[in-house]
Amino acid sequence: MNVIRPQAAPGRPLAATQGLIDVDIHPRPTSLHDYDPWLSQEMRDRLHTYGMRPRHGFSKGPPYFKAMPLACRKDAWTPEGGVPASDPAFMARQHLDFHGVDVGVLNPLQPSGQGDQNNAFSAAMAFAVNEWQLHRWVAGDDRLRASVVVPYEDPEASAREIRLRGGDPRFCQVLLMSRTSHPLGNPKYWPIFEAAQEVGLPIGIHAFGYSGWAMTNGGWPSFYIEEVSEHATSCQSLVNSLVLEGALERFPGLKIVLIECGFGWLPSVAWRLDKHFPSLRHELPHLKRLPSEQIREHIWVSTQPIEEPPRPEQLLDCMDWIGWDRILYASDYPHWDFDDPRTAIPTHIPEAHRAAIFGANARRVYGF
Amino acid sequence: MNWLQGAIDADLHPMVPGLQALVPYLPPLWRDQIAQRGMEGFDTQAFPPNSPKTVRADWRPAAGPPAATIGQLRDQVLDPWGIARGIITPLYGVQLVFNEDMAQAFTAALNDWTRAEWLDRDPRLAASIVLPMFNPEHAVAEIERLAPDPRFVQAMVLVMGETPLGRRHNWPIFEALVRHDLPLAIHAGSTYRNPVTSLGWPSWYAEDYAANQQAFQSTLASLITEGTFQKFPTLKVVLLESGVSWLPAFLWRLSKTWKGVRFEVPWLQRSPLEIVRENVRLSIQPFDAPDDAETVQRLMDHLGSDEMLLWSSDWPHWQFDGPPRLPPGIGPDLARKICIENARATYSRLSQEALP
Repeated sequence: MNVIRPQAAPGRPLAATQGLIDVDIHPRPTSLHDYDPWLSQEMRDRLHTYGMRPRHGFSKGPPYFKAMPLACRKDAWTPEGGVPASDPAFMARQHLDFHGVDVGVLNPLQPSGQGDQNNAFSAAMAFAVNEWQLHRWVAGDDRLRASVVVPYEDPEASAREIRLRGGDPRFCQVLLMSRTSHPLGNPKYWPIFEAAQEVGLPIGIHAFGYSGWAMTNGGWPSFYIEEVSEHATSCQSLVNSLVLEGALERFPGLKIVLIECGFGWLPSVAWRLDKHFPSLRHELPHLKRLPSEQIREHIWVSTQPIEEPPRPEQLLDCMDWIGWDRILYASDYPHWDFDDPRTAIPTHIPEAHRAAIFGANARRVYGF
Repeated sequence: MNWLQGAIDADLHPMVPGLQALVPYLPPLWRDQIAQRGMEGFDTQAFPPNSPKTVRADWRPAAGPPAATIGQLRDQVLDPWGIARGIITPLYGVQLVFNEDMAQAFTAALNDWTRAEWLDRDPRLAASIVLPMFNPEHAVAEIERLAPDPRFVQAMVLVMGETPLGRRHNWPIFEALVRHDLPLAIHAGSTYRNPVTSLGWPSWYAEDYAANQQAFQSTLASLITEGTFQKFPTLKVVLLESGVSWLPAFLWRLSKTWKGVRFEVPWLQRSPLEIVRENVRLSIQPFDAPDDAETVQRLMDHLGSDEMLLWSSDWPHWQFDGPPRLPPGIGPDLARKICIENARATYSRLSQEALP
């Protein structure tokens, strides 16, 4: 059973001497009608008649039921009974003010139309969600930054949306879900990378979405606990693909930020690709550089849900292997597995590294 | 290579030189269909026969098929390296066949080929029972048929099946394995019922090979969360050609999530970390870590047990050049465990007389 923890006192982590930047906040609409002002009549009709059509069978809710309603903290429902993170003022009070967050990155998840079976609808929704972020969230709180939501299964339309938003400093990244219908390095998606590189935005990839394929490469699992575990495997596959397809070499300015994907697995993925590079590169003449070098240069990770090895120093090993300049603090507000910045980043991490994780690293990758 | 003297090699792959090799072991119905239907053989995408990865260059003969005779295995591995016992696991794609009856017949033929062409020809060898997994009754029957021969020391499934391995419809198979004290070996490779990534089909063979690392995580997650090890606490699972370095971080994450959502799997009373340490073993090739002693030692510390690794050459797959060597930073005590003692503890059926 999950319970509400007694309310902690407000406060900011002492080690956040270079700012406190939260790269993972999930705003929600109060209802789907919030998007109406930016949708055509046809798309409004579609939205309110058929709703989202993600690549799984249920028309409401996810195929693996969450641990909590909407996967949210129970105390994040607004005092008026509104859904969590639907009221900017309440979110600011409960999270930004409470923890002293200087900059918060908005990552709208569903219902956003990403990965919808219908590309035209997905593109229309992406535009609407982006406008909604600006009007509903960023306009009233200059600590917040929006993400460019794109209809990633239509890469040309995605590239148009990225170029439309590219010069606007209120947007800080392009947002994809991790479960795409093809492995992400596939040349199909290169228009997205090309546009992101052109406008100088990192690509944030948030764990989630439905690829339309079984959630493991050995078929559909039974449980939510497996789905959570499989976020790591889908992200591993996308990293493998980005490297082996040559996408990271083709777009040298590409910055990939993995959000809520876990990070403990990343060193092993890099080692494995390096280990097999001599025996597999026969078919990969397009690759010039060692996979681990590409990963080290192009990939950032976020902390939540932070790895909890049995012995604390093992976390240090893991962060050391990834690179202390590549790790960004994330809270995942308002979800049930939210990480409080004061307790989630263990104090056995040297203070200078904690300061980098809380602020300096995000400043550098996002250019805040 | 003193450290290797008397070692047990847990992962050797004889290659079936062609469908004709199985003909003597097939009933007439299927023997006839090979010719009648023009079947071209069951080599799989997981190990393309001509790819550099599948056969190390100096193990490819100038003429004739590689890894096809006991002479090749003796000359390339057993004799020069002083291997005491070797466990052979053919990866011929009989486990991919869609027709259940046909899969059963060809799987049985492959196991009989293994027995006649390999086990009968060298007393150092033991073997895996290749299981036809698309019909659990067939898989159980194959275990019952071959278990009386003590040279079959484990049963083998591919890591990417049609449904996650821990699913309850597979439990009669695990029950039979436990009854006969046979470990369940899970080998790299796919039955191709699903794309090899959860994001669809990749472009390159390299991605296909890399995808095994994800598959082993998903498969262990399934076995653990379905409660397989609660129901069969003595079931031993051996991961072959799985790589090693992914395991600790996978378990950190699964154990953490278990703490958060264990209400969903109330039968799971122990941390996945503990279960794996007790019930799961891994072969050491390919060892996917950097070639420096400090990192390897940290990784061994993360594994948290010196009883989990089994030595393997993965012959004839190309995992290393020249003679084998252990990862740097592994001292003589751990080396002996990896090469001999851990395998002995895992495979109670391996007869002891050939061991030093």
